[in-house]
Amino acid sequence: MKWLAKHRFMILRRLVQITVILLYFGANAWGWTILEGNLGSSLLFKTIPLADPFALLQMSAAGALLGMDVLLGAAIITLFYALIGGRGFCGWICPVNIVTDVANGLRRILRINEIERRVIINRTIRYWILALSIALSAIFGVAAFEFISPIGMLNRGLIFGIGFGGAVIAGVFLFDLFGMKNGFCGHLCPLGGFYSLIGRFSLIRVKHNQERCTLCMKCTEICPEKPVLHMVGKRSEFVVQGECTNCGRCVEVCDDEALHFDIRLLARKS
Amino acid sequence: MSKEKLPPLSERRRFLLQALQGLGLATLGALTWSAYLDEASASSLYLRPPGALAEKDFLSHCIRCGLCVEACPYDTLKLARAGDNVPVGTPYFTARMIPCYMCKDIPCVPPCPSGALNESLVTKMAKDGKETLDITQAKMGVAVIDADQCIAFWGIQCDACYRACPLINEAIVIDASRNERTGKHAFMAPRVIGDVCTGCGMCEKACVTEKASIFVLPLAIAKGKAGSNYIKGWDEKDEKRLETQTGGGATTVTPVSDQKAVDYLNSEEF
Repeated sequence: MKWLAKHRFMILRRLVQITVILLYFGANAWGWTILEGNLGSSLLFKTIPLADPFALLQMSAAGALLGMDVLLGAAIITLFYALIGGRGFCGWICPVNIVTDVANGLRRILRINEIERRVIINRTIRYWILALSIALSAIFGVAAFEFISPIGMLNRGLIFGIGFGGAVIAGVFLFDLFGMKNGFCGHLCPLGGFYSLIGRFSLIRVKHNQERCTLCMKCTEICPEKPVLHMVGKRSEFVVQGECTNCGRCVEVCDDEALHFDIRLLARKS
Repeated sequence: MSKEKLPPLSERRRFLLQALQGLGLATLGALTWSAYLDEASASSLYLRPPGALAEKDFLSHCIRCGLCVEACPYDTLKLARAGDNVPVGTPYFTARMIPCYMCKDIPCVPPCPSGALNESLVTKMAKDGKETLDITQAKMGVAVIDADQCIAFWGIQCDACYRACPLINEAIVIDASRNERTGKHAFMAPRVIGDVCTGCGMCEKACVTEKASIFVLPLAIAKGKAGSNYIKGWDEKDEKRLETQTGGGATTVTPVSDQKAVDYLNSEEF
């Protein structure tokens, strides 16, 4: 029971991640019509279009004049994460998150973190890769990141068959396990960078209560985007950086209820 | 031997060096990425679904959602996996495995959310101005015959491709000619009418030789181009082009061109 409580958000996230994939898979394999397509672009209940705004950005840079369905779909997704979900895509939807979370968990169990030498890759490198994606899309006339995206490969792979994409995912796993803590999702992934940017001002946020904090630092240990928890033990405030994936790991590992999900606007008024 | 101790880096120099390092690494990444993109988007020996834009535009428009693949009732369309040598995540088909069966209602085209599969490319306008989907407008590729290996060219009776063709006698015709070797048989050789062929690949699927001797290639590869300077004088419609032809207004001037044209056949002696 205690274990369940300590992993309540993780279990919920896995459920959401697997359900989304299952719905896509069912649409392809058995003709379900709840959620068709994949994370690139999909159709909800045969009517509501959804589309990946970052893919759209690259395609537009590549010079494509796109159809209404994807434009509307990308607008819906952008609005949802910008107003409500923040960078929630990374923690709650993206299938690569499962892979990198397993790598990170193994890291803790095997105590790999303790032998790690300092690797100097900055967390801002994802924004450079994001900029490069747009620039290369414009130069080559193709959506540059979509050609190499492990997210797309795994997502499509689970729905349509993966091929050598499995090797790419194994690469991401090994990189996160032996190469660098939170290497892919926390440093390299431009889609994560993109959602960090648009989710910056979202309503759902983690809030820290400094008075309850006993400085055990379990939250910063578990957090995949450690720098966003810089205020822990110092000030009572919201996690404001866009890089927070709203995964809720910090909330559930805290023994003192010093962290919780809150809605930014309402809390500010009160 | 005493080493002269260098003064610490100034703030300004540190900043410039860091900027240079970032720029250098970004360039390194960009070059590697560019090389891959160039390579991955260069090959084009695969067939796209009906109504697909020209390959270059198709690559910038396709969001890789797989809705066309899910709509295909014959499992003809596949979403490229890494290692398939097709830009990853884009739809394609292999005619020898499963050809396009040219569904009358073309279920794969309307679901495309981005316009990469374009209804206007498979739409026919009737005389009364009514537009209807028409799969025979599709140009997925064009069938090409290897006359050396096609057994009909050897004089063996086979019209498998001709019979399999959904546009029988329009896209594939049979040319009969006398077989001088036996003196009493005919060659019944298939010939593809390139302007009619949709590239569905049913002929390739039906071909009885060990490796298909009739196969579909993408238009960009299989088609030559005569150039606009050649005009069919015997074709009324083609000759109309003369009227709209603009030669750029260039007139070649040489010492000879100053003289009037001479009717040398009649006025001069040989």
